[in-house]
Amino acid sequence: MTPLLSVQGITKRYGAHIGCADVSFDLYPGEVMGIVGESGSGKSTLLNCMAGHLTPDAGQVVFDTRTDGPRDTITMSEPERRMLGRTDWAFVHQHARDGLRMGVSAGGNVGERLMAVGERHYGDIRAKATDWLGRVEIDASRVDDRPTTFSGGMQQRLQIARNLVTGPRLVFMDEPTGGLDVSVQARLLDLLRGLVRDMGLSAIIVTHDLAVVRLLADRLMVMKSGRVVEAGLTDQVLDDPQHAYSQLLVSSVLQV
Amino acid sequence: MTDQAYNFAYLDEQTKRMIRRAILKGLAIPGYQVPFASREMPMPYGWGTGGVQVSAAVLTPEDTFKVIDQGADDTTNAVSIRTFFQRTAGVATTTSTSDATVIQTRHRIPEEALSEGQILVYQVPIPEPLRFLEPRESETRKMHSLEEYGLMHVKLYEDISRHGHIATSYAYPVKVEGRYVMDPSPIPKFDNPKLGDMAAIQLFGAGREQRIYALPPYTQVVSLDFEDHPFEASKADHPCGMCGATDSYLDELIIDDAGGRMFVCSDTDYCEARQAAGHKGKDAA
Repeated sequence: MTPLLSVQGITKRYGAHIGCADVSFDLYPGEVMGIVGESGSGKSTLLNCMAGHLTPDAGQVVFDTRTDGPRDTITMSEPERRMLGRTDWAFVHQHARDGLRMGVSAGGNVGERLMAVGERHYGDIRAKATDWLGRVEIDASRVDDRPTTFSGGMQQRLQIARNLVTGPRLVFMDEPTGGLDVSVQARLLDLLRGLVRDMGLSAIIVTHDLAVVRLLADRLMVMKSGRVVEAGLTDQVLDDPQHAYSQLLVSSVLQV
Repeated sequence: MTDQAYNFAYLDEQTKRMIRRAILKGLAIPGYQVPFASREMPMPYGWGTGGVQVSAAVLTPEDTFKVIDQGADDTTNAVSIRTFFQRTAGVATTTSTSDATVIQTRHRIPEEALSEGQILVYQVPIPEPLRFLEPRESETRKMHSLEEYGLMHVKLYEDISRHGHIATSYAYPVKVEGRYVMDPSPIPKFDNPKLGDMAAIQLFGAGREQRIYALPPYTQVVSLDFEDHPFEASKADHPCGMCGATDSYLDELIIDDAGGRMFVCSDTDYCEARQAAGHKGKDAA
C-alpha cells in the first residue's frame, strides 16, 4: 500500500534555532496522525512545512497525487502546490478568523473552494453549501449570514465545512479545538470524528490537548525541542509512555 | 494656440516614452496591469490623471481629440481636460465621436461604434478587480499570475445571495482572451459587450495606482457570470426623452419637485446627432 503522505527528514531552522529537525513518518489513507508537544516544540512549524506554508531547509514531503502518483510537494511548482491546497488538501486553522473570509456570507465561504476549482452554477454551489452547513450542524437559515454573527464554535465548524466541501483526502489541523469551551469542544470533536470516519479522511492534527488525540488519532508523535521523541499507537503512547518527556506530558493532565 | 512654456502635450519626451513602453507592453499582454511611473499632473487624483497621461503619450499634432465624462462632452471634467490639451498640445478638438481620433472617457463607451484607427482612453480609479476582496497587493498579483480567479465569483455569489440577481451594475469584471480578469473601469455593465471585438484600441490609465492596461483591437472580452445567472447588459427601460432612442444608455433626471423625471441619453453627441436628424422624444421641446 502506498502511503498517502510520506515525510522524510524534514528540517526547518530559524537562524541558529531549530524549528523542527529530521522528522520522518508515513501516513496511510484513512489514518489520523496526532502530533503533541508543548508550546515551541516545533509542531506548528512541522505542520506548516508539510502543508506548503513554509519551505523546509531539508527533507521531502511526498504526496500520493490522484493523477501522477507520489510527488514531492516541496519541489513541485507553486501553481501545482496551490492547486493541491484547494483540492486534495485542507487546512483548518486554530483561529477560525484566519481561515474564513469574515466579510463574506457563510454560503460564500463554503462555496469559495468550489468556485476556485471551476464551479460556475450558482444553484449547485448554493445547494452544496447548504448541505455542508447541515453536516456541520449549522442551521440552513444562516447560509446568508456573515461569520461575524456566528459564535466561536460555529465559526470553527464553518471553517471545517469550507475546507471539506471539495472532498479533500488529507486535512491538516492546527489546534482545531483551541480557544473553545469544553462542551463546544466535545461537540466539535464528535463532529470531526464522524466526518473523518464517514469520508475516510486522512488527517494530521497538531494539538497540546491529549484528550483530542485520544479521541481522534490512530497514531501519535510526541515532539520536544523540534525532534520526535516518541511515536506509536495512540493508546500505547498515552497508556504506557516510554520517554521521560511523554511521561511528564501524560502525568500533567488534570484528572477531575 | 499652444502654450509655449510646455512641451507638446505637457509631459516631457522621456516620460511619454516611458508611458508608451508601458502601453505597448499592455497591448502585448491584453488585460495585464503594467506598472508605470505615474507623474504628478496639474489636477487632483481622481480627476483622470491616468487617462490624461495616456492621452498625452499617444497624441500627435494631427490628432483630433474628444473628451467625455459620463458620456457628456460639456461637463466640468470633460471641458477642463479638453482645454488642457488645446493649450498644451494645440490639437484640434471635437465633440463628434466619428471625427475624433483619440477619445478620452470617464465611465462610458460612446454609443456610436468606433472604427479602426481610433483610440479610446479610459480613466481608471482602481485598476485591481480583486481589490475589495483581497486587500494584499502581493496576493492579488500572485492570483493574477497563477490565474486563481475563484474569488471574483465569490463576489458575484454574494450579490445573488443578497439581492437575488447580480447587482454589480458598473465596473463589472471581465475576462480577457481567456486569461486575465480585468476591471473595465466604472463603465455601466450596459457597455461591457462593446469592450469585446472592438475595432478601436482601448487604453486604460490609473494615475494614482500607477497602472496601465490595454485591449488591442478585436480582443475577446467576456463578462463573468454564473451558468444559471447569465450576464445581462441592463439599462433603464425607457426611450430617450429628447431623441427617442431605445438602444442607448440613459441618465435619469429629476425635473421638478413633484417627482417628475425624464430619461435622456448619457451620450450627448449621440443624442444631438439623432435630434439633428429629426428624431424626437416625448419630452423634447
